[in-house]
Amino acid sequence: MMTNNRQKRMLTADAVQRALKESLLKLNPVTMVKNPVMFVVEVCTVIVLLMTVFPGYFHSEDRIGFNLTVFLILLFTVLFANFAEALAEGRGKAQADSLKKTKQEVMANKLVEGGSINVIKSTELHRGDLVIASQGEMIPCDGEVVEGVASVDESAITGESAPVIKEAGGDFNSVTGGTRVVSDWIKIRVISEPGESFIDRMISLVEGAKRQKTPNEIALGTLLTSLTLIFLIVVVTLGPIAKFVGIELEVPVLIALLVCLIPTTIGGLLSAIGIAGMDRVAQYNVLAMSGKAVEAAGDINTMILDKTGTITFGNRMASEFVAVGSHVKSAELLNWAAISSLKDETPEGRSVLDYMKRNGLPFDTLGAEGGEFIPFRAVTRMSGIDLPDGRQVRKGAVDAVRNWVLSQGGIVPDDLTGKANVIASAGGTPLAVAVDKDVVGLIYLKDTVKPGMSERFEQLRQMGIKTIMCTGDNPLTAATIAKEAGVDGYIAESTPEDKIEVIRREQAEGKLVAMTGDGTNDAPALAQADVGIAMNSGTTAAKEAANMVDLDSDPSKIIEVVAIGKQLLMTRGALTTFSIANDIAKYFAIIPAMFMIVIPQMNALNVMKLGSPYSAILSALIFNAVIIPFLIPLAMKGVAYRPMSGSRLLGRNLLIYGLGGMLAPFIGIKLIDLVVHIWV
Amino acid sequence: MEMVQIAVVVVILLALVKPLGTYVYHVFSNEANWTDKVFGPFERLLYKFIGIKNRDGMSWKKYALSFIVTNLILTAAAYLLLRLQWIHLFNPNGMEGMEATLSFNTVISFITNTNLQHYSGESALSYFSQMAVIMMMMFTSAATGFSVAIAFIRGLTSRGQTIGHFFEDFVKAHTRIFLPASFVITLVLVALQVPQTLDPTLTVKTLEGAAQQIAIGPVASLESIKHLGTNGGGFFGVNSAHPFENPNPLTNVIEILSMWVLPAALPYTFGRFAKSKKQGWVIFSAMMVLFLVCLTTVYAAEKAGNPVFGGLGIDASQGSMEGKEVRFGIAGSALFTAVTTAATTGSVNNMHDTLTPIGGLVPMAEMMLNVVFGGKGVGLINMLMYAILAVFLCGLMVGRTPEFLGRKIEPREVKLIAVAILAHPFIILVPTALALLTDAGRAGITNPGFHGISQVLYEFASSAANNGSGFEGLGDNTTFWNISTGLVMLLGRYISIIAMLAVAGSLLRKQPVPETIGTFRTDNALFTGLLIGTVLLIGALTFMPAVALGPIAEYLTIR
Repeated sequence: MMTNNRQKRMLTADAVQRALKESLLKLNPVTMVKNPVMFVVEVCTVIVLLMTVFPGYFHSEDRIGFNLTVFLILLFTVLFANFAEALAEGRGKAQADSLKKTKQEVMANKLVEGGSINVIKSTELHRGDLVIASQGEMIPCDGEVVEGVASVDESAITGESAPVIKEAGGDFNSVTGGTRVVSDWIKIRVISEPGESFIDRMISLVEGAKRQKTPNEIALGTLLTSLTLIFLIVVVTLGPIAKFVGIELEVPVLIALLVCLIPTTIGGLLSAIGIAGMDRVAQYNVLAMSGKAVEAAGDINTMILDKTGTITFGNRMASEFVAVGSHVKSAELLNWAAISSLKDETPEGRSVLDYMKRNGLPFDTLGAEGGEFIPFRAVTRMSGIDLPDGRQVRKGAVDAVRNWVLSQGGIVPDDLTGKANVIASAGGTPLAVAVDKDVVGLIYLKDTVKPGMSERFEQLRQMGIKTIMCTGDNPLTAATIAKEAGVDGYIAESTPEDKIEVIRREQAEGKLVAMTGDGTNDAPALAQADVGIAMNSGTTAAKEAANMVDLDSDPSKIIEVVAIGKQLLMTRGALTTFSIANDIAKYFAIIPAMFMIVIPQMNALNVMKLGSPYSAILSALIFNAVIIPFLIPLAMKGVAYRPMSGSRLLGRNLLIYGLGGMLAPFIGIKLIDLVVHIWV
Repeated sequence: MEMVQIAVVVVILLALVKPLGTYVYHVFSNEANWTDKVFGPFERLLYKFIGIKNRDGMSWKKYALSFIVTNLILTAAAYLLLRLQWIHLFNPNGMEGMEATLSFNTVISFITNTNLQHYSGESALSYFSQMAVIMMMMFTSAATGFSVAIAFIRGLTSRGQTIGHFFEDFVKAHTRIFLPASFVITLVLVALQVPQTLDPTLTVKTLEGAAQQIAIGPVASLESIKHLGTNGGGFFGVNSAHPFENPNPLTNVIEILSMWVLPAALPYTFGRFAKSKKQGWVIFSAMMVLFLVCLTTVYAAEKAGNPVFGGLGIDASQGSMEGKEVRFGIAGSALFTAVTTAATTGSVNNMHDTLTPIGGLVPMAEMMLNVVFGGKGVGLINMLMYAILAVFLCGLMVGRTPEFLGRKIEPREVKLIAVAILAHPFIILVPTALALLTDAGRAGITNPGFHGISQVLYEFASSAANNGSGFEGLGDNTTFWNISTGLVMLLGRYISIIAMLAVAGSLLRKQPVPETIGTFRTDNALFTGLLIGTVLLIGALTFMPAVALGPIAEYLTIR
């Protein structure tokens, strides 16, 4: 839901309209003073307005036209900056609105003492209450499954349509309010008070209601404020200095110089950059608990990745067939394996047939025509097919199949457990295939490295990020996968304690560590890591400990998050550099213009050959104003980022935003002057 | 031929940077080395005498407090000595006590290593004052600046809680650097006929039979520390243009090198502390590039001569020699001017007031930047501050929180740096505006128009940068000028030093970030360029409008 309609939000008529309104409201000096750079511009705007409206008091009767123009340009400079911020905030608000729609009021089946059920509103549920949600019902609250197994459709949160299994105990016991039970039923213990649920927090986060400035934003803000003060000193002292040589500088001209010199471009866009950065993370369906976490992601030195699900697909691709008992590895085993998987649409099921076809293995599934497919159930942990001739074929977890065979009075071959263990100890997953009372063999599901992973790790290396793979596999298997995937290090047979150990070791060297996790036992490591991303499918404890939650539960997304963090910092740096580099050209426009009337020789500094002093001043001011809306798309999208070494990245960005920032205004001001000079 | 003169001096300097930088590193590294054997016993005697038992490191606050209190006591003592000059020994010329505001200005001027002189030594100071006030403060202010710079370097390059022991650094700066070096230079200068005597002013009969007073005194000893300590206060009013202070081209070169070599060697020392000599050379190169641009400008401007003279029919083929000594010529004068304002010494061997407009802009610009080598230690501190600023502004562009030498630059550091970069233009431009607005200020200005602005701007830039050279021509021994420049010198010295020590204290406690391929490198040519760019964009553009009305307007109107 969110992914789809989010991308094009930026420039819908509705959003623009809302942002326009907001930018007027933001003129309120009380809000404005939080942005000192733009506040100075606003104060200047008011001064020029007064001079325009009451020219008598300021002896500026003969300059009303010029002053009015300056006033309008200044007003627009402030409005453009407000618009940028409002637009960025607006995107968050739009997301919040769509989230709020999912937060409809639902009825909850509250379990009261004595075992009876009381139907109440979900908003009346409190922490510790027990509720029951059955097939087709909406889960009314965030909670933990305490009893039962059910498949739940979480698409409202994640956008992923495939239902997920939720069961009591283990790592899949957490449910989110607003999701729907698709099959079976579960008993849930409520873990949040009304208004504090996960969706509530998501809404307040994307709305930016509690947005706090990040340390880097504060530092940059401080620097911009001090630059503003410096130029304030420069401009205020210029009047008396000029007076000594008989030049009377008009206040609006001094104000024009001031506004051009102070870093309005970055000052106007700074908060929009921060909001948009958070928003980009949200577009990847990752919920960052703070902007600080996103920035920290850009600083990551070490990434700890779980093998399963991140680097590999998880244990699910068929790669070998192992016969057990009296059976030999023959057409018979292949046939039954194929038959059991014929209608199995799970990735594991499909991989069986894919593997056979790919490797040209012969199989015959004629006997399965017209059979009844038995889908996988969380309770049985098996799927299979009932053949027309009455035979039952089952495929599933080894102990589930063994119990099934035993329950029918069958005999389990002696070597089943041993061979299954061999597969398991090599990092694979064994699936047993049985026909009625007979276990025919095992399907070896092996981990496969996701395509493109080694390229991504190479990119990370170029960014200076080390990757460490964590796996429960034995060292041999771990080494093989690590080599295949191209990670920098691995920890085999790792326990959650090992992860904390690695994180602490890296942090002691001053490195920042990122990791993903989902289980309750990952929680301490997630909390210890500088950037911890919890999977939405994971436990509440994990989500509480992490500073980001991935709604799609895709652990490899950590890589994108790092890129977004870097992009956020780069955008800020690039626009700051651009803004400050602009000053050179503005000096060359305004300084000669200010003094030319008394010192005609100053025209030598008028390197842009601007038409007239007043046209030069207005052109510089106009450039200063319009550059803000021009850069809004860049502030929102972030500067282009491709992984490369720090030095190359710097060289490239310096060329574009440093040199570009020096040259662009020369061209821009000249072009504007060509038009403005027609009138002045 | 003139270019060769300049080139030779620059080459000698380059050759001295590494050995001297290494020596300074050994002096302050606090690791046992050969310099201990030579100076250790004497120093231990001193420590015993002043009662310092443990010399464990100090926190930045304690370090700052120690140097401020030390400076305060020295200032108070010096003030009393100047006011009560008439009871001194070694006062053969019978000097009276100095006037209050002039004394105020003078003691601040010397304790801040500025050496702005609103008095003339030969007519206002006893020999005892020259030695016990002027020379004493020349040593102590230089040693203070040097100690603080070393403490700042330690903060940037080491980890822990302490940045060294102020009194130990202060003593070592004297015993291992300034005293031995001045001793040698004094003897060399005496050999080259600079006077060193306690005899009173000579009265001689000229060829026409008139009686002439010739001022002499303990000149050579003052001359050596004046330059080694980048102090710049002359024994005589006309400073190193005086034939007894700077008699010939050879002494001229010796004086240039003695004021230049320590500030130039400090970046190398910094590189040694940072365990990255490249890092030191990057800082040095940025300074050198800025310096060479300045030197070329002033030399070209002076060589081109004054266009007004051409109009008067005066031969200006040898350049603008007005206010310059024939024995130094254009090259010797231009180099001296560029070095003395770069190293914020402030001694002069020609009258800066008479430089051509663009020639005069160069010393002014060097003082406004205050990072081109700079005075004892302070130049390096300022340049490193700009380095941190460059890292902060551009480091973001590699997509990481900016870090310098493995330390993250965060709000606290930026706030402190903001104070320092704000203070410098404030204490130059605001007093300039005040002086031009008030009658008291305008009374001292001896030139109308743009040159008048230059005079005022120069005076405050010189005070703020703790340079101390005068544009001269300014009638500056008045209450207004004594008090205003006194305050500017105080603020110019202490605000940035304290702010930067606080930065050092803050960086010291940070967990260093390991360097990776994604790190923003600060030890390559690109960073040298970036550093220069930052200095020019943040440091120089601030003064553009004021300078446009001073030297630039003057240049454009007489062209």
